[in-house]
Amino acid sequence: MGKNISITINGKKIEVPQGTTILEAAEKATFHIPTLCYHKDLCVAGNCRVCVVEQVGNQRLLASCATPAEENMNIITNSLKVRNARRHIIQLLLAEHKSDCTKCYKNGNCELQKIAADLRILDQEFTELKTWKAFTVDKHSPSIIKDDSKCIRCQRCVRTCAELQGVNALSVSGKGSKMHISTFMEKSMVDVVCTNCGQCVNHCPTGALVEKNYIEEVWMALADPEKHVVVQTAPAVRVGLGEEMGAKPGTRVTGKMVSALKQLGFDAVLDTDFTADLTIMEEGTELLNRLKMFLANGDKNVKLPLLTSCSPGWIKYLEHMYPEQLDNLSTCKSPQQMFGALAKTYYANAKKIDPESIVSVSIMPCTAKKFEAERPEMHDSGYRDVDYVLTTRELAIMIKQAGIELLQLEDSKYDSLMGDSTGAGVIFGATGGVMEAALRTAYEIVTGREVPFKNLNIEPVRGIEGVRSASVIIENALPGWDFLNGVELKCAIAHGLVNAKNIMDKVKAGEADFHFIEIMACPGGCLGGGGQPIPTNPEIRRKRTEAIYEEDEQMTIRKSHENPEVLKIYKDYLKEPLGEKSHHLLHTKYTPRDRY
Amino acid sequence: MESYHLKRIDFIFKNENDWKDVLSRALASDKQLILNELMESELKGRGGAGFPTGLKWKLTADEKSDEKHIICNADEGEPGTFKDREILTQVPFKVLVGMAICGYVIGALKGFIYLRGEYTFLMPELEKAIKEFEYYCKEINFKFSIKIFLGSGAYICGEETALFESMEGKRGEPRNKPPFPTKNGYLGKPTVVNNVETLAHTYTIFKYGAKQFYDLGVQYSRGTKLFSVSGDTPKAGIYELELGMTLEQFVDDFGDGDTKAVQVGGASGFLVPRKLFSQTIIGFKGKLEGHSLPTGGSMMLFNSSRSMFNVLSNYLYFFHEESCGQCTPCRVGCQVLLNGINEVKKGERSTLYLDKLLQLTETMKQTAKCGLGQSVANSFSSIVENFKEEMIY
Repeated sequence: MGKNISITINGKKIEVPQGTTILEAAEKATFHIPTLCYHKDLCVAGNCRVCVVEQVGNQRLLASCATPAEENMNIITNSLKVRNARRHIIQLLLAEHKSDCTKCYKNGNCELQKIAADLRILDQEFTELKTWKAFTVDKHSPSIIKDDSKCIRCQRCVRTCAELQGVNALSVSGKGSKMHISTFMEKSMVDVVCTNCGQCVNHCPTGALVEKNYIEEVWMALADPEKHVVVQTAPAVRVGLGEEMGAKPGTRVTGKMVSALKQLGFDAVLDTDFTADLTIMEEGTELLNRLKMFLANGDKNVKLPLLTSCSPGWIKYLEHMYPEQLDNLSTCKSPQQMFGALAKTYYANAKKIDPESIVSVSIMPCTAKKFEAERPEMHDSGYRDVDYVLTTRELAIMIKQAGIELLQLEDSKYDSLMGDSTGAGVIFGATGGVMEAALRTAYEIVTGREVPFKNLNIEPVRGIEGVRSASVIIENALPGWDFLNGVELKCAIAHGLVNAKNIMDKVKAGEADFHFIEIMACPGGCLGGGGQPIPTNPEIRRKRTEAIYEEDEQMTIRKSHENPEVLKIYKDYLKEPLGEKSHHLLHTKYTPRDRY
Repeated sequence: MESYHLKRIDFIFKNENDWKDVLSRALASDKQLILNELMESELKGRGGAGFPTGLKWKLTADEKSDEKHIICNADEGEPGTFKDREILTQVPFKVLVGMAICGYVIGALKGFIYLRGEYTFLMPELEKAIKEFEYYCKEINFKFSIKIFLGSGAYICGEETALFESMEGKRGEPRNKPPFPTKNGYLGKPTVVNNVETLAHTYTIFKYGAKQFYDLGVQYSRGTKLFSVSGDTPKAGIYELELGMTLEQFVDDFGDGDTKAVQVGGASGFLVPRKLFSQTIIGFKGKLEGHSLPTGGSMMLFNSSRSMFNVLSNYLYFFHEESCGQCTPCRVGCQVLLNGINEVKKGERSTLYLDKLLQLTETMKQTAKCGLGQSVANSFSSIVENFKEEMIY
């Protein structure tokens, strides 16, 4: 620990550790300083200059986010000089920005709008530049819309793409008045290395980067009496949706969300957790098969470690960055796509509904899922498996459009078929969750005993570190699994693509001897996904994580292989994991991609 | 009329074929003595900002690091400045020796010359000089190498932290300060960045001692400075003059008899109207009488045939293109100012708008991220304040 320094802010003297910025010190002293380019997830840029403060005796104002507090500094956060400068800076941004707030997708959740409102900027002092007219809106990506006319050049997206994701699809180009956020050769987002993870959307303070929304399409389907509209909800949505309605981060709204979806008019409200459990059965079997070939049969060509394939942002990242490692990727579709394929086959059969008339909608914490649903190989049901993907935010918009008071609703239960879930399915929403769910099942299949962790909580795989690893030693295996006796099953977990890069570089170099690696594209896993409520920061993600594990704890069934509907689907339809039907409906293949 | 001539001095361009002696002598003397000499000379940075060179070297020398760097800033991009080009052409060895001595004092084994992209044509001769220089260093067993790094044409890369970014292969954008380059510069290591002319001056100081340099100039602004004189003058060119002259003295010497105003310090500098010539002193800020104007040495003279509106519009156009675009006040501010004078000229906005824009320039000076951003509005405020009528009619 470095030494403490004392600093005076607005006459209040406080002690802070050396290295604390003025902004952090002010926060500690409970003074709010407005910011735009600053984000707790990202490195300091200091380029919007909204957070300037006055240091007594200094002619210039200081950017509080970028200036470390120094001994005996005397700071004023709200002097006349500061107020004038701040007003000017906001007015400059407004002069550059396409300020059509009432027609903006981010209306009501825009940081520029909020600061302008807080400061009551009532007139446009400087003539609008209208330079935004030179930009065209990039609507080609199935996931993300990039509208530079709304951009304030804070570079949060650029820093997100580089620091959190290591993708660098977005970068700064041009200088002076022509400076803007760009992609490789100014190509569309759909044609570059973008993984559609949507973290840039989550970190954008304005409406410059937003998800491509399919709200109207879903309303049209709901209004069509000929259509049977089924909806699936991903695990992480239930711990995020409440925030959009004003609830505190970490509020669980599972039952209320189901009620709201029913009120919106969906014909069946089903749970992606069901296919999450199914994923565990398929992927767990795939893992055990590979281990068997490797350990028992001595087949050195077996691709290990097995990489999880639930996160479509991660899949596209691997296709771009490590195409030679695609064989390591589990062939399992993500739970969303398994669900889609089954909805128009298994579900349609059982319910005696013409699959042609089924519209399959999914509510996801994710923007990459929109891209995934559009992949050409995702038509195994004979139709497009998932028709529309809505983010948590889009669902919130629909609920608001319908005038539903989500937080006032009574809880409802998911419909059946494909509505049963377990705690194992729920924790898919947090980093480490797939690993934990897989271990709960695989260990029990192999040994006939529950995983040796208190209350089934496999703490070593939980947490927030970017890369984690854990191992389980298999002993007293059941007959048929003897080859695993004494084997230390090594697994690793990474979340955020920059951490995926760390681990994949080791795998590529042959330096990692893991058997199974779970990777999620977004920080914190799906609960920090690109489709989740804005804002996001480490504290909010921590709350959502707690909520996910609470949800798991209160479930009666917490192991995927005990999900009654999973047992039923294998008995009635799929027969066995990795069987012929599974192979056809639940597994997929991948496409190597270029790196620009 | 002869008496009106300012004293010409010839330190920098004096052809002295003794660089090997100066270097050897410096390397044989105590580092602290060299630093003392430099601080006694009160040499200040000749790039325009005027940071005490001795202090900069001392701060870097005091840092503990496995690696340090000395960078010669030859990204001479300020409109109206053309002295560094001549120094590198005529007396490159003075600069190289200055770099080597700095390297010796601060403990840097590597020196870099960040050469303006448009100065590519200087490369062959400069490379030749460096080769000869490095050969001699080897001969006397002094481990020091110099590399040229060619800029890519962005004005902002003359700002020292943007220059580091550019050298590191990134987009040339200024960094936040602190940390300062003396602590955290090129590749995160302590780095001295000196202007070409500053380094050439250190040569003179080491050769003749601090006193000769200190005796010239005035308090707070010691020694001589190269001036790039251009515009409406019969004597355009590069002149080495003592610091501390008034602008009146300068214009008496260099003006064409009809000088209306002088832009001191290039596009990012100030325009001084005739009525202020006598009270404007060319030198660094200090407790001097009247206004003192620091400068990188650009002196642009304008006579009564020039429209100050066009002059200002030209400068603003330059900045609206050459701002890196990173921070709001500089990126948008420059555009708003440029549009603003056009709107007022066309009568689309009232003349009162100029007052609003003047207030905006205050914000730009106070809040921009880098030294450039803080000075882009100087020309606007000084021209609009002094030639408002030309902005309107």
